[in-house]
Amino acid sequence: MSAPVQEAPAVLEMRSIVKTFPGVRALSDVSLTVAPGEVHAICGENGAGKSTLMKVLSGVHPHGSYEGDILFQGRPCAFKDIRASEARGIVIIHQELALVPYLSIAENIFLGNEHATRGIISWHETLKHASRLLKRVGLSEHPGTRVADIGVGKQQLVEIAKALSKEVKLLILDEPTAALNDDDSAHLLSLIRELRDQGITSIVISHKLNEIAAVADSVTVIRDGRTIETLDVRDPATTEDRIIRAMVGRDLDHRFPDRTPYDGDPGAHPALEVRGWTVHHPIDQQRKVVDDVSVRVRRGEIVGIAGLMGAGRTEFAMSLFGRSYGRNISGSVWKDGREIRTRTVPEAVGHGIAYVTEDRKQYGLNLIDTIARNITTAALGRVSRRGVVDEHEERRVAESYRRSMNIKAPTVFEQVGRLSGGNQQKVVLSKWIFAGPDVLILDEPTRGIDVGAKYEIYTVIDQLAAQGKAVVFISSELPELLGMCDRIYTMAAGRLTGEVPRAEATQEVLMRHMTTNNMTTDKR
Amino acid sequence: MGPVTTDTPRSAPSAPASPRPAPAALLLDAARRNMRQYGMLVALGLIVVLFQIWTGGVLLKPNNVTNLVLQNSYILVLAIGMMIVIIAGHIDLSVGSLAAFVSAACAVMMVEHHVPWVLALVVALVIGAIAGAWQGFWIAYVGIPSFIVTLAGMLLFRGGTQILLGSRSLGPFPDGFQKISTGYLPAVGPDTNYHNLTLLLGLTLIGVVLVQEVRSRRRQRAYELDVLPQGLFIAKCVAMVAAVVAFTMTLASYRGVPVVLLLLAALLIGLGFVMRNAVVGRHVYALGGNQAAAKLSGVKDKRVTFWVFVNMGVLAALAGVVFAARLNAGTPNAGVNFELEAIAASFIGGASMSGGVGTVFGAIIGGLVLGVLNNGMSLVGIGTDYQQVIKGFVLLAAVGFDVYNKRKVGS
Repeated sequence: MSAPVQEAPAVLEMRSIVKTFPGVRALSDVSLTVAPGEVHAICGENGAGKSTLMKVLSGVHPHGSYEGDILFQGRPCAFKDIRASEARGIVIIHQELALVPYLSIAENIFLGNEHATRGIISWHETLKHASRLLKRVGLSEHPGTRVADIGVGKQQLVEIAKALSKEVKLLILDEPTAALNDDDSAHLLSLIRELRDQGITSIVISHKLNEIAAVADSVTVIRDGRTIETLDVRDPATTEDRIIRAMVGRDLDHRFPDRTPYDGDPGAHPALEVRGWTVHHPIDQQRKVVDDVSVRVRRGEIVGIAGLMGAGRTEFAMSLFGRSYGRNISGSVWKDGREIRTRTVPEAVGHGIAYVTEDRKQYGLNLIDTIARNITTAALGRVSRRGVVDEHEERRVAESYRRSMNIKAPTVFEQVGRLSGGNQQKVVLSKWIFAGPDVLILDEPTRGIDVGAKYEIYTVIDQLAAQGKAVVFISSELPELLGMCDRIYTMAAGRLTGEVPRAEATQEVLMRHMTTNNMTTDKR
Repeated sequence: MGPVTTDTPRSAPSAPASPRPAPAALLLDAARRNMRQYGMLVALGLIVVLFQIWTGGVLLKPNNVTNLVLQNSYILVLAIGMMIVIIAGHIDLSVGSLAAFVSAACAVMMVEHHVPWVLALVVALVIGAIAGAWQGFWIAYVGIPSFIVTLAGMLLFRGGTQILLGSRSLGPFPDGFQKISTGYLPAVGPDTNYHNLTLLLGLTLIGVVLVQEVRSRRRQRAYELDVLPQGLFIAKCVAMVAAVVAFTMTLASYRGVPVVLLLLAALLIGLGFVMRNAVVGRHVYALGGNQAAAKLSGVKDKRVTFWVFVNMGVLAALAGVVFAARLNAGTPNAGVNFELEAIAASFIGGASMSGGVGTVFGAIIGGLVLGVLNNGMSLVGIGTDYQQVIKGFVLLAAVGFDVYNKRKVGS
């Protein structure tokens, strides 16, 4: 293991950490050295052990439940819980934010740490102190605002303000930008840099290599519970491919499968055509969330929809799929040249349309149920006769998907909630492939999953198209759209702003369309 | 429509084919997955053994076993319905009041208006269905939380009962109606010191169980699934046959199979099958597990929720009929706290507060745990005051055990 080239004594040293759960060895041998005042990124595939390592560091897994030593500011640590690590200035911000939605920003910041004398809270001091902290993180909301009323990006800033209120010395952020749009992400990253200049060391867990390049000073790669190496990000030899190679343990010549571009008959009826689709916001009914959108997809074609957060991509897809979102929906849906009704989910499914949600935990899976039962929920009829489920047939089907999709689980009776993100995504995909659709709408199918699983999912998508399915691919990651799609629509503020064929698509072209408000190219 | 295949070439080197799991591992796996239910079954066994010793063998005497079934029948009927409601992610606080209302309606029909008892029974079940539909409508289609709707129902139906009866108790009922709760299968055939029809029923049951087990094993083989090893399979069959024989002989040496037991068995088998094997049952579990995901998978969430409450209404009515028949009167205070007993039985039997988990069989186990405790404690002379305290601790312990287990497995 190569130690980073750093002169200053390390602020944090974790030596040969081993952590086992019953039956699983989560960390086999992880060492981590963080220099004072740096931003240190940790990356690795899902299940590599990043989060477990941070839980060990922050005392979620108490001292004694793991082997190895932790030195913070030169002193050994034996945290028995989170409070103990926070007392030393180590604060972790989890991926799932830990804020109470119906309390105010100020109340959340000082939750468990209230400005109080003899149990009576001093609101003046609380608000004053909160305003100061909000200024520091660049959030212009009033501290009395309810957390439920601000966006995820701002909530993330509240979390950081909360950390600052605890006199944080080492800030740990677990995938801080996973749920943020580009603007919020950029703001957050620059904030992390500002905090570094104020002397706060940060550890950032991230999947996004461009972010690591933008914000981190060094990066440690973890794979299968072991430290692979620590790289200096400023070293020109540390390229994205270099990091990916360390993460997956093999060279990735290409991150996308070789794809034969679509060459179907352009005159044929599109498998799916949507005309003049308009959707109003479910509460604010004056607002058009999707405004006069028309798209078409042919069999065997992969069509991308690009757009920034709030562009209305998910709203478009969900309103199309059985009117699962929005009010006052108008427009028509045509399949193979015939107008169809998709007013309810069963109707949409009946017409061979499948929607793979962007939020698999909330809308995609029954986390407390088994892999097998999740895979069959959308098409129980295919494993049942006269309303009675054939459990053997169900198990056989699930087994076949476990093998073909390479879902990593000992049996198909494993609870879905215990799988890693990538494997959960494969279960959701299996569910909809089993439903036997002609048109698949994939909404951020690779969000929050690791590089290896992404490649597997790309391969599946490619094969679906090769089988003659029409695929709509919604994504925030432009390289992914460029690598996979035959044609890409762009959306901004609910409107369609561009339609770009594969040959002409570049990140710059797409980004330009995504940031205008008018249809700038009008091809066919 | 042929199956959609996706022969995904694996980018990672394919894992070696997993070796056949050892029998012990199979057993452990099954035990882990059904921890709560097996745990409760074992607990029930322990409670039975404890009271059998404590009461000097009275607990399992034929007349007391029969009595146990009769005493707990209406709570068990309610528990089955309640379990399904809880699996769907809801709760029903109104079942005790609804049962009372239905028994009052029966009393008024038969005693005051001399309605034939069969007709009264049918009307009673229809009343239950309508009441369930009423509550299901507000919960499923309007979106009012079930806690509120059924709390309102609890007041409505209790009030209705008092309006119908005033402060009177109405009875007695026609013979046929009473038989629902106090009747037994007729004695036929030669005098064998045992109840012949019961023996016959027991034999049939053994036959059915064995055929089912063998067939399911053969099908598992055909699908190349792991099956229990021969020895264990035989042991399992022997244990099941022994249990059926013991229960049959006990009942047969008293007055035979009570009518209510047949009713309960029909409900257990029928609704158990629906929840385990029918598409509708799956949809109930899916809704309770994650309503949003179920909806986006094409589950008709509103319709399923609605019918779950209709089912509960009918079962509550049935419980009311059984209770009235047992008491041989309709009284304004019938069914008080029944809903709480049914809810407790469901949670002891493996339901989860957040829904999506539990089985009909579990509800029966939970109900029996409470029933045997009640009966056993009464036999040894523990007063109802201490009985309540003990039952409270049992409920807490059962759910606490489950929470502890989940944490240990899940972390």
